[in-house]
Amino acid sequence: MTALAVAKTAKLYLGGAFVRSESGRVYRTEVAANIPRASRKDLREAVRAARAAQPGWARRAAYNRGQVLYRVAEMLEGRRREFVAVLGGGRGAGREVDAGLEALVYFAGAADKLSQLSGSVNDVAGPYFNFTVPEPVGVVALVAGERPALLGLVVPLAAALCGGNCVVALVAETAPLPGLLLGEVLATGDIPPGVVALLSGLRSELLPWVGSHRDLDAVDAVGCTPEQLTALEERAADSVMRVLPPGAAGAALRLSPQLAVRTLEMKTIWHPVGT
Amino acid sequence: MSAATARRPLPAEALLGVDQVGLEARAAMLASRSIKREAKLFALDLAIRCTDLTSLEGADTPGRVATLCTKAMHPAPLDPTIPPVAAVCVYPALAAVARDHLRCSPVRVAAVATGFPGGQAPFEGRLAEARAAAAVADEIDMVIDRGAFLAGRYGQVADEIAAVKAAVGGRHLKVILETGELGGYDNVRRASWLAMAAGADFIKTSTGKIQPAATLPVAVVMMEAIRDFAWATGRIIGLKPAGGIRTARQAITYLVAVNEVLGDDWLTPERFRLGASSLLNDVLMQIAKEHSGGYQSPDDFSDA
Repeated sequence: MTALAVAKTAKLYLGGAFVRSESGRVYRTEVAANIPRASRKDLREAVRAARAAQPGWARRAAYNRGQVLYRVAEMLEGRRREFVAVLGGGRGAGREVDAGLEALVYFAGAADKLSQLSGSVNDVAGPYFNFTVPEPVGVVALVAGERPALLGLVVPLAAALCGGNCVVALVAETAPLPGLLLGEVLATGDIPPGVVALLSGLRSELLPWVGSHRDLDAVDAVGCTPEQLTALEERAADSVMRVLPPGAAGAALRLSPQLAVRTLEMKTIWHPVGT
Repeated sequence: MSAATARRPLPAEALLGVDQVGLEARAAMLASRSIKREAKLFALDLAIRCTDLTSLEGADTPGRVATLCTKAMHPAPLDPTIPPVAAVCVYPALAAVARDHLRCSPVRVAAVATGFPGGQAPFEGRLAEARAAAAVADEIDMVIDRGAFLAGRYGQVADEIAAVKAAVGGRHLKVILETGELGGYDNVRRASWLAMAAGADFIKTSTGKIQPAATLPVAVVMMEAIRDFAWATGRIIGLKPAGGIRTARQAITYLVAVNEVLGDDWLTPERFRLGASSLLNDVLMQIAKEHSGGYQSPDDFSDA
């Protein structure tokens, strides 16, 4: 008897659930058909869920966020073969999954060291303490890199998560399957519902809605072309949204705490100590 | 309306059972209707004009009511096209504060009364509360004694409504059925007829204090009762869904249902109200989104 072939439907990861686009639309890439084509309303729902989840995620001890990210790495490790296959097989695919694992473990470790690395006690002329402490910027839209499809998502995603941000990610448009599959790793990796959303779709359709969404605190434009970046900046000029350009560090995807600091805001506090 | 009128036999429609499956299918069909662009902006504007901006918390203070009144008069201070809401709804103890703040505005003062939300205090006390509230407020939202209704003492419920109606003089009387405690659509229909026959100006779904509060199928039953009552008696009664209405989408759904069941004569604050505490900002965000083309942030809108 031959085993029954079970075809898998690619789904968006939204609010902790795996769903089709509310619009019911799909699109086709070179290697896969019936990829959900997220609409502006899927984006809206994702931001709503992220906004609701953000205070709880940021309030967790940084150490705990690190533990969760480490568990995500454990889940990815357990599904290594599946990821290698969806990345096209071969040695390059294996190296990319390994690099993704390294990034997750790296930022798991970085989570409770960010305030030491980016914060400071400032020297001031007065009988005060003056501290600078980092805080998560809030809800970040991540335009993931087109290639490498997995790493271009995992590195900036882990970097933003470890600082206490929630992330609404547009996975690679031309190779969305690795990004969408990552949702299954995040869901079993104890990432709370809403903290991450993974949307596949057409960037030309979704980016204008990202740029004009006033409830997004930042856009990590790591996967944007220069034209897309300019268009995002123009739309975001109306609000206080941070538009984070790809930059050298983002393009090379070299692991550095600087990647996490991109999605932090610095708060400076004067603290009277008496004498 | 006297108790004698309330005792007049009700027409058969009042006592027929409700077709639950048909009702829920119809409500689901109405809820799925898509309202876009100009029609959406009209509906959002109407939703604001029909809102009873409500705060019924134990922690309400005069300061909080003052804030609520400011929000009611100027929901979006920077946009002059946004109308004020219909009324501010508070506890009787704070109705005078609301009255002071709303003196020079078209926004009316509504006070809940008669032992809100349980309706279980001795009747003399409830009646006195309604009378005192009517001295300050334009509109009185009374609760019925659900215990009496469920025990089959319909005459008592009708007499109490009629007595409160007499006690509040010409004030606008909204009768809260608390449909979540009535245990089924048949009872909702019966209670609606009972309240209308006993002298209600409005019938209102819920206090907002228990779950489920307003649901669309329940509101449709009440709309049908209002429609049939108008046919039978010629009297026009209003509807106020309240409790759990938080999104512009929900508000539009109720407006669609009113339009379909009662007709557009009912699409006015004189005949339809939405009782809500957190609906207003979502409606304002939707209006801003229609104008600007981008999704809005709740941070840009003042708390009520």
